[in-house]
Amino acid sequence: MKDGATRDGYGAALQDFGDNPKVVVLDAGVSDSTRSKKFGDKFPDRFFNMGISEGDMVCTAAGLATAGKVAFATSFACFLLGRTMDQILVSVAYSNTNVKLVGTHTGIAVGPDGPTAQMIVDLAYTRAMPNLTVIQPADYEEAYQATKTLINHNGPVYFRLGRSKVKGLYDSSYKFEIGKGSVLREGSDAVIIATGVMVQESLAAAELLKAENIDVSVVNISTIKPLDNELVANQARKTGAVITAEDHNVFGGLGDAVLDSLANQDIMVPFRKVGVEDTFAETGSQDQLFEKYGLSASHIAATVKEVLAKKTASQASI
Amino acid sequence: MTVCTDDIASLEQEAKEVRRQSLQIIHDAGSGHPGGSLSGADILTALYFGGIMQFDASNPKDPARDRFVLSKGHATGLLYTVLARAGFFPQEDLVGYRKINSKRNLSGHPHPKTPGVEIATGSLGQGLSVAHGIALSARLDGLDFKVYTLLGDGELQEGQIWEAAMSAQKFKTNNLIAIVDFNKVAQDNITKDLKDLEPLEDKWSAFGWEVIRIDGHNMTEVMGALKRPLDKTRPRVIIADTVKGKGVSFMEGKTAWHGVAPGDEDLERALKELE
Repeated sequence: MKDGATRDGYGAALQDFGDNPKVVVLDAGVSDSTRSKKFGDKFPDRFFNMGISEGDMVCTAAGLATAGKVAFATSFACFLLGRTMDQILVSVAYSNTNVKLVGTHTGIAVGPDGPTAQMIVDLAYTRAMPNLTVIQPADYEEAYQATKTLINHNGPVYFRLGRSKVKGLYDSSYKFEIGKGSVLREGSDAVIIATGVMVQESLAAAELLKAENIDVSVVNISTIKPLDNELVANQARKTGAVITAEDHNVFGGLGDAVLDSLANQDIMVPFRKVGVEDTFAETGSQDQLFEKYGLSASHIAATVKEVLAKKTASQASI
Repeated sequence: MTVCTDDIASLEQEAKEVRRQSLQIIHDAGSGHPGGSLSGADILTALYFGGIMQFDASNPKDPARDRFVLSKGHATGLLYTVLARAGFFPQEDLVGYRKINSKRNLSGHPHPKTPGVEIATGSLGQGLSVAHGIALSARLDGLDFKVYTLLGDGELQEGQIWEAAMSAQKFKTNNLIAIVDFNKVAQDNITKDLKDLEPLEDKWSAFGWEVIRIDGHNMTEVMGALKRPLDKTRPRVIIADTVKGKGVSFMEGKTAWHGVAPGDEDLERALKELE
């Protein structure tokens, strides 16, 4: 299992599988950081650095896609999505073009660059768009495999990647599949449903809880839309308590997706979201910000205990 | 039956028919954008019926086809009329314009479900970038098709147009032809008073484009500009000076006819003028 940032898995896969002549990669002047440069160095003819003009990049990608290309439009998520909602809505989602929007440096994990660089509303933006699939890998291997999958997938996708290194969760025997979550740890008391960098935090939280004889499942949801409703339902029914964890605002992201799923399947269980509590964070290191804004393993563990208290109370009332 | 010709008089006659039918379908729909459809009618007639664009209407996804992107996406009264007359779908299906369950998805603004439409437009400023992306694809695939896009003049107030202009300069995209339907009038006001575009030729030149300026209602000039061999290293812009509402005296130059369908009486008067 390989430690590394998800953006690195993306860059490596583009390099390894980019020989497909249908693949084109675009960037908006930050290709060194997003790792799309790895592709550009190897396949310069199919790499388009559009400069700092994200709207133009997204629509150029859409144009390439209408002519049969699979176009990866890459930039920092805050600019890629923040500046181009309209371009994505019209030229990508509504037109249903084969554009993969790749946003790196997501969440408050970005750290010292501060809130202008910490994208915490992108899942809300993209989940709300018809036709768009939303994927966030949790480690290097999953990012690598997902990138390979996206090369051969037809349709618009938002691919959410992180800047910081995460611990390896999967080895090469793992098979990434769009729409399928995976259980990293089976438990009976509650389930933590996490995405992205929060998967490793959730696994750390599970270790903290184990020391207190609390046994939780940890699920990685790498496809946020369409959600793996079956897995969510199975885990919710089995454990009777659900906690979601995401490096994103608590509005519009994974937590809301899971809540919708539970409600639509008539599953009523105690539930809490861990995420950025509808506020902008600040500058600081990832660890400091996760601690202060409630995304750390210890905070997730505390939230699990809060939910378990509700579960016990609701069981007592039955 | 529409013929492909480079005979100027025949094209002028076809443009008149296109204007009449565009107004008819906007009238029948009860809503739409007559002003900007009439101003672009000569340009689209030349592109589709003057032998400029190479396409096979029975095979609208032919990889080698020339492409057209209606960046000023509100001019669908014009676009759908031309596509139907060019054979992309039967003219009878124009009854579905702006109607629910439209057989050819003839929405108020274009969508690629309609045969002959490459991409959805309607939010101004995106079409030039899209057209540029398609043009870049030709180079990768070793194809020599050309990509045409019709821009509105008000649309040039969108910053993304100039982002795309810079991109096409950077990549020396020589199979991209932008045509500005410079009709001087936008929804709210005359374009100049919203935000002046002049000196427009200098702007495009400064962005590295080959600039041709023509009278967009003079079919000889329109055809002449479209037939001129392309520069090897530069994209081309044709600035076509046009009149909003061209051909219908009471619509010409009027903001009021940007986005209002003619009623029965107005249609009758308009069609009479276009006989």
